[in-house]
Amino acid sequence: MSGESTYNPSNGFTKWMDSRLPILRLAHDSFVDYPTPKNLNYWWTFGGILTFCLVTQIITGIILAMHYTPHVDFAFNSVEHIMRNVNYGWLIRYIHANGASMFFLAVYIHIFRGLYYGSYKAPREVLWILGVIIYLLMMAAAFMGYVLPWGQMSLWGATVITNLFGAIPVVGESVAIWLWGGYSIDNPTLNRFFSLHYLIPFLILGVVILHIWALHVPGNNNPVGISVKSKQDTVPFHPYYTVKDGFALTVFLILFAYFIFFAPNVLGHADNYIQANPLVTPAHIVPEWYLLPFYAILRAVPDKLGGVALMFGAIFILFLLPWLDTSKVRSARYRPLFRQFYALLVLDCLLLGYLGAQPAEGIYIVLARIGTIYYFAHFLVVLPVLGIVEKPKAVPESISAPVLGAQPAE
Amino acid sequence: MTRFAFKAVLGAAIMALGLSAPAYAAGDAKTPAAMEWSFDGLFGTYDRNALRRGFQVYKEVCASCHSLNQIAFRNLSQAGGPEFSEAEVKAIAREYIVEDGPDDYGDMFERAALPRDKFPSPYPNENAARAANGGAYPPDLSLINKARGGGADYIHALLSGYEEAPEGVEMRAGLYYNPYMAGGKIAMPAPLLEELVEYSDGTPATVEQMSMDVTHFLNWTAEPELEQRKRIGFMVLIYLTIFAGLMFFSMRKIWADQH
Repeated sequence: MSGESTYNPSNGFTKWMDSRLPILRLAHDSFVDYPTPKNLNYWWTFGGILTFCLVTQIITGIILAMHYTPHVDFAFNSVEHIMRNVNYGWLIRYIHANGASMFFLAVYIHIFRGLYYGSYKAPREVLWILGVIIYLLMMAAAFMGYVLPWGQMSLWGATVITNLFGAIPVVGESVAIWLWGGYSIDNPTLNRFFSLHYLIPFLILGVVILHIWALHVPGNNNPVGISVKSKQDTVPFHPYYTVKDGFALTVFLILFAYFIFFAPNVLGHADNYIQANPLVTPAHIVPEWYLLPFYAILRAVPDKLGGVALMFGAIFILFLLPWLDTSKVRSARYRPLFRQFYALLVLDCLLLGYLGAQPAEGIYIVLARIGTIYYFAHFLVVLPVLGIVEKPKAVPESISAPVLGAQPAE
Repeated sequence: MTRFAFKAVLGAAIMALGLSAPAYAAGDAKTPAAMEWSFDGLFGTYDRNALRRGFQVYKEVCASCHSLNQIAFRNLSQAGGPEFSEAEVKAIAREYIVEDGPDDYGDMFERAALPRDKFPSPYPNENAARAANGGAYPPDLSLINKARGGGADYIHALLSGYEEAPEGVEMRAGLYYNPYMAGGKIAMPAPLLEELVEYSDGTPATVEQMSMDVTHFLNWTAEPELEQRKRIGFMVLIYLTIFAGLMFFSMRKIWADQH
């Protein structure tokens, strides 16, 4: 999409097509001859892996929707019908359920790669913001998808999350009733969640296309974080990165397959195999693992509205990240101080994830507060200040220099 | 240092995956002993004889209070299950009466069950079940092994783990002491007693044996696809491993001119 097109239609049909709808030219320039920095490491393969995850979720989801019934009286049994009577229904459902976890695992690696190598900095701010929008949409899709089997954790997880909107001053209660389509979570809620759960992946697909477009204008960032200077710095996307992404995807699929076939329920909650019952509250209401850090932040704040504000703030702060980080150096390789704070942020998110799974009492609350404070301080204090006080290491002349070994990367 | 930071990211991701476990441990309940199940592991399969004995325990003991409403009689002859013959399944089904209808005159009628029918529930509805059980509702058992943290180990421990209530623990009438139950009190009286059933294969019907067998059977009702799943899964892992190897060497060859 950037630079001169090198597409050369080879036969009558492609020439005819090229002068009418140059879609083959677009594909060629985007995924075949697209110039890509030659030094991308394996952390860069997760974009391709994520595309694979999205397509897998859409295909398995469409098939599941053919057999699923979005009604409170039938939803739970229709899922069991898929598991027991639909040909390979268990396989399709386990791919879809574990696929959500794999999707988030990949997206977290993808996000933390961006944080480490400064992929959000100019000229990639819009690319980054589109990514945060995708992440938000993913969380909405995953949350609503978890409600559909209509197990105990479906109902009670949905109760906790939708009640958050009740914390909004003045209009909160009306908003909650509007979301539910009634005075509690019931059939209208399940129906609309199913509708939205089917819609959102296609919104994600649309934003993914924008995300790739916004990627192909400035081109990829890379581990040294300096811009491409000459043709020597790049290789064509195909075959160099199709094969590298393909290899990484295959390794990722081994992990994915392990979960599907040998531990299909370890990432879920046992209570979700009990049909939803509004009269019985589970002992612990716990979200899926990928939402736990936000759940910890929510519960760390003694005030409900404050908790909700901080929880959403924890995501929205990412939109401002390109302007909060004042350092001109992109890659953490050349930022010794940043690297230590980065490690601290990773440990902090890990800690918050752990605390989100614990009961909200005693030492867990104290730790969750410390964790929450650091999370926000990292973005609001550490990053702006670090850009001013930190003295970065010498950055290499060009991408080719460290790649060719003329100058060591570290 | 670069490596350190990224290892931390990977560690974060992997640990996050493992996080679910501590949260779901039931508060004060005793931890169930880990038993050896033939269906565990990469190549796990069900033991047909254990499934058949377990079915007998379900039919003669559990079924008087607990429904099994996801299971049809025909499932008993499917591959990967107890694998009764079709004739045996027909005979088993005939022992049950199900309601059918309406007939041409608009009346409901009762008939002997057929293989396509699901196991009928012991009670017509939840209220009747509660009324007959001192207010407690015996849960459906189709998914019980998946619906309890601890799975098969927990179900086995619960069934065979009844004890006298320790001193100081007050037991209300209609509640029984079981250290594996969260809170220690359960509305189900100890369901298994020595020699409660007479196994047709001559296996001595100890409480331990019956609880192992019925848990085995209930694991099949929860995961009837288990054998097929693990068989396919193993082939998928082999395939992906070989494919990853091919991809790796293709990558090495393609990138050779760049290094």
